[in-house]
Amino acid sequence: MDALPAHMRPERSFQGFILALQRFWAEQGCVILQPYDMEMGAGTFHPATTLRALGPKRWNAAYVQPSRRPKDGRYGENPNRLQHYYQFQVIMKPSPPDLQELYLKSLAAIGIDSSVHDIRFVEDDWESPTLGAWGLGWECWCDGMEVSQFTYFQQVAGVECAPVAGELTYGLERLAMYVQGVDRVYDLNFNGRDGADKVTYGDVFLQAEQEYSRHNFEYADTAMLFEQFRMAEDACRKYLAAGWKEGGNQREHLMALPAYDQCIKASHVFNLLDARGVISVTERQSYIMRVRELAKACGEAWVHTEAGRAV
Amino acid sequence: MPDLLLELFSEEIPARMQAKAADDLRRMVTDKLVAEGLVYEGAKAFATPRRLALTVHGIPTRQPDLKTERRGPKMGAPDAAVQGFLKATGLKSLDEAKIQKDPKGDFYIALIEKPGRATLDVLAEILPVIIRTFPWPKSMRWGARSAKSGSLSWVRPLHSIIATFGPETEEPDVVKFSVDGIEAGQTTLGHRFMAPSTISVRRFEDYEAKLKAAKVVLDPQARKDIILDDAKELAFAQGFDLVEDQALADEVAGLVEWPVALMGSFDKEFLSIPDEVIRATIRNNQKCFVVSDPKTGKLTNKFILTANIEATDGGKTIVAGNERVIRARLSDAKFFYDTDLKTKLEARLPKFDQIVFHEKLGTQAERIKRIERLAAEIAPLVGADVGKATRAAHLAKADLLTEVVGEFPELQGLMGKYYAQAQGEDASVAAASEDHYKPQGPGDRVPTDPVSIAVALADKTDTLVGFWAIDEKPTGSKDPYALRRAALGVIRLIVDNALRLPILNVAKSAMAGLPQKGDAQKLPGDLLSFFADRLKVQLRDQGARHDLVDAVFSLGGQDDLLIVVRRVEALGKFLDTDDGKNLLAGTKRASNILSIEEKKDTRAFEGAPDPRLYNLPEEKALASAIDQVKREAGNAVAREDFATAMSAMAKLRPAVDAFFDKVKVNDDEPKVRENRLKLLNEIRAATRAVADFSKIEG
Repeated sequence: MDALPAHMRPERSFQGFILALQRFWAEQGCVILQPYDMEMGAGTFHPATTLRALGPKRWNAAYVQPSRRPKDGRYGENPNRLQHYYQFQVIMKPSPPDLQELYLKSLAAIGIDSSVHDIRFVEDDWESPTLGAWGLGWECWCDGMEVSQFTYFQQVAGVECAPVAGELTYGLERLAMYVQGVDRVYDLNFNGRDGADKVTYGDVFLQAEQEYSRHNFEYADTAMLFEQFRMAEDACRKYLAAGWKEGGNQREHLMALPAYDQCIKASHVFNLLDARGVISVTERQSYIMRVRELAKACGEAWVHTEAGRAV
Repeated sequence: MPDLLLELFSEEIPARMQAKAADDLRRMVTDKLVAEGLVYEGAKAFATPRRLALTVHGIPTRQPDLKTERRGPKMGAPDAAVQGFLKATGLKSLDEAKIQKDPKGDFYIALIEKPGRATLDVLAEILPVIIRTFPWPKSMRWGARSAKSGSLSWVRPLHSIIATFGPETEEPDVVKFSVDGIEAGQTTLGHRFMAPSTISVRRFEDYEAKLKAAKVVLDPQARKDIILDDAKELAFAQGFDLVEDQALADEVAGLVEWPVALMGSFDKEFLSIPDEVIRATIRNNQKCFVVSDPKTGKLTNKFILTANIEATDGGKTIVAGNERVIRARLSDAKFFYDTDLKTKLEARLPKFDQIVFHEKLGTQAERIKRIERLAAEIAPLVGADVGKATRAAHLAKADLLTEVVGEFPELQGLMGKYYAQAQGEDASVAAASEDHYKPQGPGDRVPTDPVSIAVALADKTDTLVGFWAIDEKPTGSKDPYALRRAALGVIRLIVDNALRLPILNVAKSAMAGLPQKGDAQKLPGDLLSFFADRLKVQLRDQGARHDLVDAVFSLGGQDDLLIVVRRVEALGKFLDTDDGKNLLAGTKRASNILSIEEKKDTRAFEGAPDPRLYNLPEEKALASAIDQVKREAGNAVAREDFATAMSAMAKLRPAVDAFFDKVKVNDDEPKVRENRLKLLNEIRAATRAVADFSKIEG
């Protein structure tokens, strides 16, 4: 770490912080992916997690994923609530026996020293009704603050995980705020420079938070969104139906990934509609069910693809 | 005799599951030992976040030899049967079998001696089964082995197993078994951060001591004591008191292996938030204790956290981190509280139009209107001002829509009170927001302010009658709408406040306002017997005789719960006396004779006996005693003076005793017999002035 220039140190800059995590997990044999090019509510939706968690093949990956939570927008006025923020996601299948130790080492790599910080694994059962997924694990606490989510996937997209994958999700802004010692997310030093060269998180994202809050709560075109939901749902089903190929004694699917993109799309559109307050309590449940049905059908297709099936 | 040490070392076990898991482990292992004929001297189980441990001491080294007899074929049975018997029992020939004499034909018996196995082998067999079938509320699979079906499930990944067995003085044996690739051995790990290296152990004594040296306190009770003692001391050192919280201490003891209490503080400006909100924020979200100032009895701006390490900087970083989080949480809470105060409670009510209480019972708004009307009706009966009761019912639920209650549902009612006070409501009206939910259970406070009583009764009655009408009654252990608690609440409100309230009239009125009416014929009676059941449970819990409740309800028309309780009390006292016991015996005897004779003649012996047919002095004496008692007891009951009614009853006893002593009921002369049976019936009738004695046990 001493070899790093000061502006790249994880406790000085947000980008240095992300790079430190990427470097650490690359050293553990993970492929370092780039963010998926679609809007999604959590890093778990990335096909590198949702789909790759299924099937028997080994899979170790890490990536940053922007998370869109339209309802969490606060017009840039709340010190730590954002409608767009970064998650750092690690998935290891099968879960290695020392995953907890690896996680603790990753904290050390971003400057959290376990001899002065109180790190705790506090029960948290994870469930995603929209993904038809659940797992057991913990919220990881550092000095009373939840900094990560640690989950052993048991089921994803309605399919039992065999073997089980371990998933880690770091809330990057929150962790970086802690490491940098700032109370307002917009005050995070993004590039680790000082004076005129310094770029803050606010410089990069404050305007976006204000604009998207306006959009999410007030102006997002609901008629269009309802239509988009329906279209994504139809497209997903269409691609799934078209992808099945019956050959020999093995059923094969040739279009699980494009179909799953439509499922991601439907899920995000639903989140936007929800933020606009146009979905009633009873309808809400039925929309969640509809997305889950898509996710399950995609999972079923995935385990019949090259990457998802048994060798 | 030798001891067993078992440790199951895993990733962090949820705090709430630890105590039961330790208990299950002890129970399962000891039950199995006993079933295997291995009687032990004692057992104790422990749990930390990362391990379940069990010590069982004083187990014999071997099972006792087992002798069993097995019945064979009759003497002279066909050879096939004999050969089968020899093969099954391992006897070489019939010479080794015993012969059992039997009138139906003598037969062979084999005496089979099964030598006991070494305990070490028995343990190697039973422990893996226990681990595989352990009843975690939720368990999971992990790692490469989870690719195959049948892999081990545990609460979180299981890493290692210690299983040793041996006497105190010698090196113990490792119990040889493995579960899903985990080989039992005699090593474990110390504290995750402070002593992460391997520890090798022999038996419980050095296990516990070595763990302590490796910064792990094995016993959860010891961890809890440390937490509470240190927390108290920290508070005391600054002149404050710890706000004790046993449930929180239990939970925190399940989150750490090496508890270190540390004190932090927050900005004094947050003390403008109600204490309960501060406490809920700090407790629920951060698992920290709050601290009060003995001079004011209010919270002070301190909190106590429990860390899992002795930090090299003395805990400075940990305290600073926790203070940051608590500051952020409290500023959220303060924002919620301040925001709530800007809106008047009644301004929130229209939103209830959109919120369904239950699909068959309408919206919350409709329910609030029902409660208002009912509270106004009840108010004069309980001495409450009708206007205040109506206003209180109008506002009582409004806080459900506030930010603070949204965040901390357990503060419902209390926040309503604070917000009502803040907007200048009458003190009784404000108090009813909190108190109309009471009493929540047998140990909870019963409100005494008439306004709170009226709203509490209205709320509970509406709930009971409503769910009764849509046939959502509690069954067995299922009571999702807490109707039993509501009924007990009504009983306690009435009895503790000595209220005279015709509960059926109130229930009927509540029914009239429901969107779905229910069966007007059946419902009141059903509901009343539900109250009777609750009353019985309550009296039983207080150690009183619950059979007397039936004896009183059986009189019919008993919907004044206070009077029911008074009758039951007087009856209980009376039955404790000799007069009471004997009268009960006499009445029961009369009832028994009557029911036998009624069956024989297939008729009832009702109606007044004919005095001209009395031919013995005891008959006349009984008849006049009955007349006197009926009159006196009847008058006393009319005055609701049950003690006097009971002592009047006592006068019946000598006459009844003498009657049974001297008079033969089944006289040869049918007319005399009939008359005497009618007289017996009169005893039964007379005692019904106070209770149906046939329902009383004993």
